[in-house]
Amino acid sequence: MPRTTLSGTRIRAMRLARGMSQAELARLAGVSPSYLNLIEHNRRRAPETLLSAVAQALDIAPESLTDDAGDALLEALSTAAAMTGADPPPELDRIEEFAGRFPGWAAHLAALQGRSEAQDRIIERLSDRMTHDPNLSAALHEIVSAVTSVQSTAAILAETDDLDGEWLARFHHNIHADSRRLATAAEALVAYLDAASEETGLAAPQEELESWLARHGFHLPQVEDAKSDALAALRDEPPELASQASRALARDWLKRARADALALPLSRLEPALTAMLGAGGGLCPDQLAQDFGVSLSRLFRRLASLPPLAGVPRFGLVVCDGSGTLTYRRPVEGFALPRFGGACPVWPLYQALLQPGRPVRALVETASRPAHRFLAFAAAEPRGPERFVPPFAWESSMLLTPAIPQVMPPLGADAAAPMPLPVGSSCRVCFRSDCAARREPSILAS
Amino acid sequence: MDHESAGAPGAVTRPANGNATHSHARPTHQPGGGRTILVIEDEPNISEAIRFILHRDGWTVLTHADGRDALERVESCHPALVILDVMLPGRSGFDILQVMRDHSGLRAVPVLMLTAKGQAADRDMAMRAGASRFMAKPFSNAELLAAVRQLVDA
Repeated sequence: MPRTTLSGTRIRAMRLARGMSQAELARLAGVSPSYLNLIEHNRRRAPETLLSAVAQALDIAPESLTDDAGDALLEALSTAAAMTGADPPPELDRIEEFAGRFPGWAAHLAALQGRSEAQDRIIERLSDRMTHDPNLSAALHEIVSAVTSVQSTAAILAETDDLDGEWLARFHHNIHADSRRLATAAEALVAYLDAASEETGLAAPQEELESWLARHGFHLPQVEDAKSDALAALRDEPPELASQASRALARDWLKRARADALALPLSRLEPALTAMLGAGGGLCPDQLAQDFGVSLSRLFRRLASLPPLAGVPRFGLVVCDGSGTLTYRRPVEGFALPRFGGACPVWPLYQALLQPGRPVRALVETASRPAHRFLAFAAAEPRGPERFVPPFAWESSMLLTPAIPQVMPPLGADAAAPMPLPVGSSCRVCFRSDCAARREPSILAS
Repeated sequence: MDHESAGAPGAVTRPANGNATHSHARPTHQPGGGRTILVIEDEPNISEAIRFILHRDGWTVLTHADGRDALERVESCHPALVILDVMLPGRSGFDILQVMRDHSGLRAVPVLMLTAKGQAADRDMAMRAGASRFMAKPFSNAELLAAVRQLVDA
């Protein structure tokens, strides 16, 4: 069964495979047959308790019925709906039903949306180049000037019957000189575009880097060994790193990862981390950073680039610069990150940016159905060495990890569970219509 | 380098290489009637083609190639029309036009702007700066001639 199939469709397929009637499964799961029918047709989303009961009745693992993969499909479909501007608008309230009843069409639509976004970015980049690239602008100006001269001179030669011999010679000379100049300018332009063509790949350099890192699980073993060349990972010319810009970003990433690994060697970090998580006190990055004598940002980067370790949860990381632009995204399942454009302004990442030196810890809840909870840690610090002269560059980092009991700080005896901070991915695809931080309407809210 | 061509029929003209020559035969009554047009354009071959076309139409054509002292040139020659390129060395055509429009003695001089960029943004900028007309390169000679006649006689 495809991983993108929704829970209802999976339940129905599993039930039929076992030759079980809908009424029988409903009875075993403790729900009415009509309610189960709605769920099987993705017209209602199954609560987690029901998924567990159904999984038990079908004798399968509950995880095989969860919607994580379907969430990605629904998110892509929601984005497609947000971009369409069609009238009447897509029936967002029936999006799950659509994905469940027509999984092939839904996957195709999501794929088209992905391609459309990629092409939009290419157009944007080419447009930027046309507008701002001084080399291209100068090359085009040279060509247009030569063409103008050739056209005007050729018209004079063609349309003037009584042209004096000296003028005739003069214009012949000009047109010859301009045609040579035009050929040279055209060759230079072609050479420039050839050299620059590698920059017009499907992804922005940052995305190329992230795609390459994703293939490696965001962990490159060679950064662990101080004696090896950290940049060796680039020698085989990874296909994802198609542009010079992305290769430069990859070199910077590897150098930084090597420095992080030297300051936080795996041989010491892993036992410290597992001991901390096993002690019941939750995840305390500030304590770890203090023990190792490193900044929180460095610890965050290191945790988000560790190899899979037993007993250690998965980590996501987002980094932004002083303008709030996301400069690095290491995704973590269940926490949607915007592919481009601005992120959710409520993220602790931005709160930390407003108060450098004062880290932020928050329990956040995603704007997805079902909602997922994450523990977020954010800290901002100067990027590069501290200095007295501007420009002063800041960088904020936010570490994310699923809010499982293992990482949560213990509650006091009489303390209430913390209220989660509602966050989204970006305003456009966030349904929290009454959010005070909203900067643009959401199509989902309507 | 500046050049000048006499506008009177049968007068001696001087191509850009400096060699004097007699102009070719032209009609007796010409639209230009000897009035002066200043062409501020740094591309010598474009300048020369424009000079030839306008001269045949009876205009006295002066050319100037540098943006830095272009305003002084406008002030000194009292042209009936200025043909002004946008991208000039030293000072942009937009800048020169702006100063002309703020200058009481030059405010009324019609200006035909030329640019290699035919984009809407440049056209808007030229019009906001007070251009009488905007023409994108490459242009046809007939179109240029018609625009000049229309602007001066308007």
